[in-house]
Amino acid sequence: MSHIIIATAAVAVIGLLIGVLLVTVDKKFKVEVDEKEAAVRACLPGNNCGGCGYAGCDALASAIIHQEAPVNGCPVGGDPVAEKISTILGLEMEHTEKVAAFVKCSGDCENAAARCHYVGIHDCASAISSGLSPWTCDFGCIGFGTCAAACPFGAITVDQGVARVDRDKCKACGQCVAACPRHLIELVPDSATYAVRCSSHDRGAAVKKVCSAGCLACKLCEKQCEAGAITVENNVAHIDYDKCTKCGKCAEKCPAKVIKKRNPA
Amino acid sequence: MSTSLILIIITTALVNNVVLSQFLGICSFLGVSKQIKTSISLGVAVIFVITIASGVANLLYDFLLAPLHLEYLETIVFILVIACLVQIVEMFLKKSSPAIYKALGIYLPLITTNCAVLGVALTNVQNEYNFIQSIVAGLGTAIGYTIAIVLLAGIRERIDEASVPLPFRGAPVVLLTAALMSIAFMGFSGLSL
Repeated sequence: MSHIIIATAAVAVIGLLIGVLLVTVDKKFKVEVDEKEAAVRACLPGNNCGGCGYAGCDALASAIIHQEAPVNGCPVGGDPVAEKISTILGLEMEHTEKVAAFVKCSGDCENAAARCHYVGIHDCASAISSGLSPWTCDFGCIGFGTCAAACPFGAITVDQGVARVDRDKCKACGQCVAACPRHLIELVPDSATYAVRCSSHDRGAAVKKVCSAGCLACKLCEKQCEAGAITVENNVAHIDYDKCTKCGKCAEKCPAKVIKKRNPA
Repeated sequence: MSTSLILIIITTALVNNVVLSQFLGICSFLGVSKQIKTSISLGVAVIFVITIASGVANLLYDFLLAPLHLEYLETIVFILVIACLVQIVEMFLKKSSPAIYKALGIYLPLITTNCAVLGVALTNVQNEYNFIQSIVAGLGTAIGYTIAIVLLAGIRERIDEASVPLPFRGAPVVLLTAALMSIAFMGFSGLSL
């Protein structure tokens, strides 16, 4: 019997001592935290999931206070949390416009000329380094889905040899932008109605040989655009989405139909 | 004396490697070995915690549990003390050296629940090490853990670049890698010490 009492007492005393020790140490080594930082931390979910790219919610709160991270840095909390934090900081809520990935190529099986029957490793970067990509165009989508594999949300599918983005599923994380070895993917605002579906830097004649849907750099769109939103650089047209008035004249005039109206999301 | 300490380090770090021979601390070994950088941070944190914990556990055993004949309580008491110790170390570092605190980040509290820490403390008791031997054994074990996790992280960084057959992608290939590493480490058991 005495054994049990001694054992219980010993563990109880140790537990008690540890408790007291922890409290005293906590008081003694208390680090003054910025009041605002504590308030911001209280708004965050507290799961310490690391989805923001910082080591837990404490780290994100400190980064927001020091203006290293945006107020809407927490992807889990989303807009409601961002709103609370911005009232604490006395900032106007940044309403960020939704953007989504967009593949700047329309060279599918129908339009693009095939170079060879490729049987190597099914990966875009491997195909490029082998020098034998399945399409003749040196700038277009290879269609082996390296971007689709990189997408954590399953928003990209390869259809007819070209990657396509499901804008409802796209969270604009940018993984595909980094993954594409030909840098074909760009984050485009949802409000952008017209976009250029080609990235070829080849001259018009060369483009025509390899793809029936390539930008010929004829500059018709540039001349048509009254808002001055379109520039042709390096033999491919660019649209400045901030300036674009969505008049649609460029899409009308484009001889190769590279500038097309996008489906509304 | 000093040769026996060197012997303890070699034994604990290589021959009886905590991860690859004794299969302790597997969860963090597999979980935090994606990048060499983070695995080194975790390794340093483990070295820090295990070394201190094995010393404290030894003192506790020799001066509290043994005199009271409560040796059978070692597991529960060690868990209590290790958890408390890590908390105190964390608070102390936060106040006294924020730089180290930042470098160790979330790894320090994570180690509280690492079974390798408890495993070292219990193994030290089994081997009847004294205070200094316990600390050296702790240090050696932690170095062994760091070697193992950094090696695995290096291999995993290369695996990411390789074309792994579909069924083996992700966790399976990591487990296979760990198994092969374990077999490789069996070679150290042939050391004549």
